[in-house]
Amino acid sequence: MELYNGSLDVEAIFSKWLHEEAESNYGAYIPFVGTIRAEDGIEALSFDIYEPILEAWFNTWVEKAEKLGAKVKMAHAIGDVSVHTSSYISAVFSPKRRVALELIDEFVEDFKANAPIWKYDVIDGKRIYAADRSTPMDGSGLLA
Amino acid sequence: MIKIEFLGPMGQESIEIEVKTLKDVADYLQNVESVSSWLDKCAVAVNDEMTNDLAKVLKSGDRVSILPPVCGG
Repeated sequence: MELYNGSLDVEAIFSKWLHEEAESNYGAYIPFVGTIRAEDGIEALSFDIYEPILEAWFNTWVEKAEKLGAKVKMAHAIGDVSVHTSSYISAVFSPKRRVALELIDEFVEDFKANAPIWKYDVIDGKRIYAADRSTPMDGSGLLA
Repeated sequence: MIKIEFLGPMGQESIEIEVKTLKDVADYLQNVESVSSWLDKCAVAVNDEMTNDLAKVLKSGDRVSILPPVCGG
C-alpha cells in the first residue's frame, strides 16, 4: 500500500508495479485508475486518511488474494488532487485472468465502502465534506 | 482514562473520559450535542481495531475512534 501527497503519477506507479512483478509469473495484471472528473464546479477533491485502519483493511485483502494465488496493490493520494488527475490506483495480479477480474471488482467495491478515507470537494479554495457521496462503514450506528 | 478521537470531517477535539465499556461511551456521546447527530452513521474502532461489540470492556489508555461515512478513490 502506498500513500502519496497530492495527485498520483499514474505512469510511474503502473511501471513500478509492472517491474515489481516482472518475474512473478502472473499472467494477468488488471489495474483500476480513479481520475477526478470536472463536475459541479470543483477545482479538486481532497482526502483525509486514517492510516492504521486503512493498513489493517488492506492487509485483509492481501491475505484474501494470497489464498487465490493473487496479489493486490493500491496507491492513494492524501490532500488535494486536481481535476483530471488521479487519486486512486489499485491492481490485481493473478496467474490467470478470471481471478483478477473478479477480485478487482470486489476489492474496489469494498474499498469504497470500508476504507477509512474521507473525501472533500474543493470549491473556491474551501474544503466541503462530500457527505452525500459517502457511505457508513460496516457496523455503523453501534453507539447511536 | 479512555481517549475518544473523532476522525475525518467531524471537526471535534478528542475527549478523555473515565468509562468501563463501549456502552458507557455510547451513553456519554449521545449527550454531546456536536457529536450525537453523527452517531447513527459512524463506525467504531478500539485501539485501531474495528468493533461491533457494545459490551466491549475498556481499560485505561485505550483509544476509541469514531469513523464517519467514507468515500475513498
